Amino acid sequence: MRDVAVVGVGLTKFGERWGDSFREMCVEAGVKAIDDAGMDGDDIQEMFVGNMSGGRFVLQEHIGALIADYSGLATNHIPATRTEAACASGGLAFRQAVNCIASGAQDIVIAAGVEKMTDVSGGETTDALAGAADREWEGMYGVTFPSLYAMMARDYMNRYGMTREELAQVAVKNHYNGARNPIAQYQKEITIDTVLNSTLVADPLRLMDCSPVTDGAAAVILCSLDRAKEFTDCPVKVLASTQASDTISLHDRRDISTLDATVAAANRAFDIAKIERKDVDLVEVHDCFTIAEICAIEDMGFCKKGEAGKLTAEGYTALDGKLPVNTSGGLKACGHPVGATGIKQVCEVVTQLRGEAGKRQVDGAEIGMTHNVGGTGATVVTSIFRRV
Amino acid sequence: MVGIITYGAYIPQFRIKADEIAKVWGANGTEISNGLGVFEKSVPDMDEDSLTIAVNAARNALARRDVNPADIGAIYVGSESHPYAVKPTSVTVGEAIGATPVMTAADYEFACKAGTAGIQTCMGLVKSGMIKYGVAIGSDVAQGAPSDALEYTAAAGGAAFVIGNDDPIAEINDTCSYSTDTPDFWRREGQAYPRHGGRFSGEPAYFKHVQGAAHLMMDRMGTKPADYDYAIFHQPNAKFPRNVAAMLGFKPEQIKQGLCAPRLGNTYSGAVPVGLSSVLDVAKPGDRIFVTSYGSGSGSDAFDITVTDAILTKIDRKAAPSVETMLNDKIYLDYAQYAKHKGKIVMQK
Amino acid sequence: MSVPRFWRKQTNRYNLIGTKCETCGTYYFPPRSLCPKCRREGKIVDYKFKGTGKIVTFSVVRTASDKFDLQTPFVVAIIELDEGTRLTAPVICSDINEVYIGMRVKSTFRKISADGDSGIIVYGTKFIRE
Repeated sequence: MRDVAVVGVGLTKFGERWGDSFREMCVEAGVKAIDDAGMDGDDIQEMFVGNMSGGRFVLQEHIGALIADYSGLATNHIPATRTEAACASGGLAFRQAVNCIASGAQDIVIAAGVEKMTDVSGGETTDALAGAADREWEGMYGVTFPSLYAMMARDYMNRYGMTREELAQVAVKNHYNGARNPIAQYQKEITIDTVLNSTLVADPLRLMDCSPVTDGAAAVILCSLDRAKEFTDCPVKVLASTQASDTISLHDRRDISTLDATVAAANRAFDIAKIERKDVDLVEVHDCFTIAEICAIEDMGFCKKGEAGKLTAEGYTALDGKLPVNTSGGLKACGHPVGATGIKQVCEVVTQLRGEAGKRQVDGAEIGMTHNVGGTGATVVTSIFRRV
Repeated sequence: MVGIITYGAYIPQFRIKADEIAKVWGANGTEISNGLGVFEKSVPDMDEDSLTIAVNAARNALARRDVNPADIGAIYVGSESHPYAVKPTSVTVGEAIGATPVMTAADYEFACKAGTAGIQTCMGLVKSGMIKYGVAIGSDVAQGAPSDALEYTAAAGGAAFVIGNDDPIAEINDTCSYSTDTPDFWRREGQAYPRHGGRFSGEPAYFKHVQGAAHLMMDRMGTKPADYDYAIFHQPNAKFPRNVAAMLGFKPEQIKQGLCAPRLGNTYSGAVPVGLSSVLDVAKPGDRIFVTSYGSGSGSDAFDITVTDAILTKIDRKAAPSVETMLNDKIYLDYAQYAKHKGKIVMQK
Repeated sequence: MSVPRFWRKQTNRYNLIGTKCETCGTYYFPPRSLCPKCRREGKIVDYKFKGTGKIVTFSVVRTASDKFDLQTPFVVAIIELDEGTRLTAPVICSDINEVYIGMRVKSTFRKISADGDSGIIVYGTKFIRE
């Protein structure tokens, strides 16, 4: 297998993009990534687009062809494929692109992610997202995504004694980071009281425990490591990109508040990357809800089960902490255009490893990691990156 | 002899007091309650309708006695609030108690007496040998228009009876009916609420038909009111059954156990079935029960029933909640919550 | 949910009929046509659950999709049936503050949702305090 590097990243502003369409946002991110890589569109040999629910949000399927067309690449007839694993759709697109190059099939591939979520009502959004769980045996009863993660949170708090304040600190920290990210949906710091006084969405989770509904797109250009220097002075090497699955329903999990797919994907990634947990300088984890970040840090092996709340409260995962988590602001503050999130995480880690993260830069960052979850943990993609 | 093999009732947990309704319409709740003899009525939960009530009543019946659902050859659900105008409630009940597919089923409507009409049909099928067991259910989430007199009584509940002839807990000695075309109460197709003839629903309607069927029955059986331990009459309120009982010569203590209306309201097709369930909850072997339903339009079905030893040996009455238990397990709603439960708030489509 | 899609599994939903693998003795609800443990060696048969169990974890849905909006707030829970399998279902309770982890529950029959005023009504199993 060949080594693969990221040579270009591109992000749209995340938020409620009333004036911009699905395709326009995806093209905007792609063009920025190609610009960033200093290459020409004709250099792109294949395209993967992560998208969860074009069919529900904009009544559009056949996303690969649509994006290839509006990127001006359809006339080159490049292969263009849409990947879908709910909120891990972007992570899948990235991993497919890595494998495509590692296998020797292609040299230069673009992996993008896009979601346009504000063209439908809030109720329709809630229902579309519920499709990431088991529609027939969870969603049919009116179960929402916040309520599924809330059941995880209640189970976790009951077993490990994490306080409501410790959980709220995840959101406080991520808003602090988001306030330093110019593309973030919410660039505003909050306090623990902001979280505790926000509306209950699904007990015990409140509005400020939840990632928002977001429009946005992200794209990265991948290239075989041996050709990376043609395009950039600071390529970022992909040490590993792994994916794991678990039961679609939360009720069928071995343990309600442990994501075994995270454990499996992370273990494989560290094995392949041949590095230790302590070598990681920063992580972008899938904090669709505050509880998800707590579980992610533990299940990836950065601390023992039951410790992440306390560590978060102590600042361990803060921007200046021992292991900065979600420097982009995470899904909570940066926003969560579901199909784009997995690619946005890669953009953030690459930006950090290049030392271009501005006010939220982690000093001397050399190794970074991403963690992207589909549903309540039925699909997980983890990737590890190193500055070269 | 044909009779009741087992029985079960179901009453939703929510209640609204007559006072609370009266307050909304500027009426005097105490006067209304005293006039009707109804002080509160049951209200269905947001996710309950006459079908869910029918299923839960039928399941309560089957919980009391080990009846093989495959032996149930007929299901009749009587209601004037079937959830569908076209699509039977009875087959869904059949699926939910595991009685499908070798069975016949139909939904009945005869205002408040469709449940007892189902009992009669099952009796005929059992006696003729066409079926082993039949299930007859009376169930309603009764409609009453806002501010109409019916609003103080229209309630939710129902009861189910498995009819058969092997070891019944109560033998049905005989049944007879008295029916004429008397338009005292009706609901046209597509209308949300029924209309009624006010005082016309009294003497020429309720009283004429209940007395007609009751006299017919006692004449046929050669009995008099004193021969019965319990009597149950249709109870659109508490006043009508008390008056008709007195006219026929029954004493207040004979009707007390089967008179649920003061705390339940009028559960339409469920009214007499729930009253009969309440009596069966306490009846002893040898007790004789007199039953007369009434359905507007109009008709009455009368039954002469004798409780057998099987009520002590063949069923476990405690395996399902008694009517008294369900009447006491209650949560009060205010009028706004009640209006939401009953779909009386105009929503954006 | 479309009419045939609901109808296909309605008796499972009404009566808590799941499956059991006779090879390994594991119970499944929702029903599975293939035992994940024994796969091709498994022998799957229908099994009607008793309908009693306990709450493993729960939440209160305050913001729902349009179809369930009128029912908020409502409790949803992961319930472990006495046979050992787990499922997700609404729990009906008069006071949402009275629900707790470990609470014993039993099944009941309720309306789940309706397709507007003219479409199909979906019925199924919810749970109440035992």
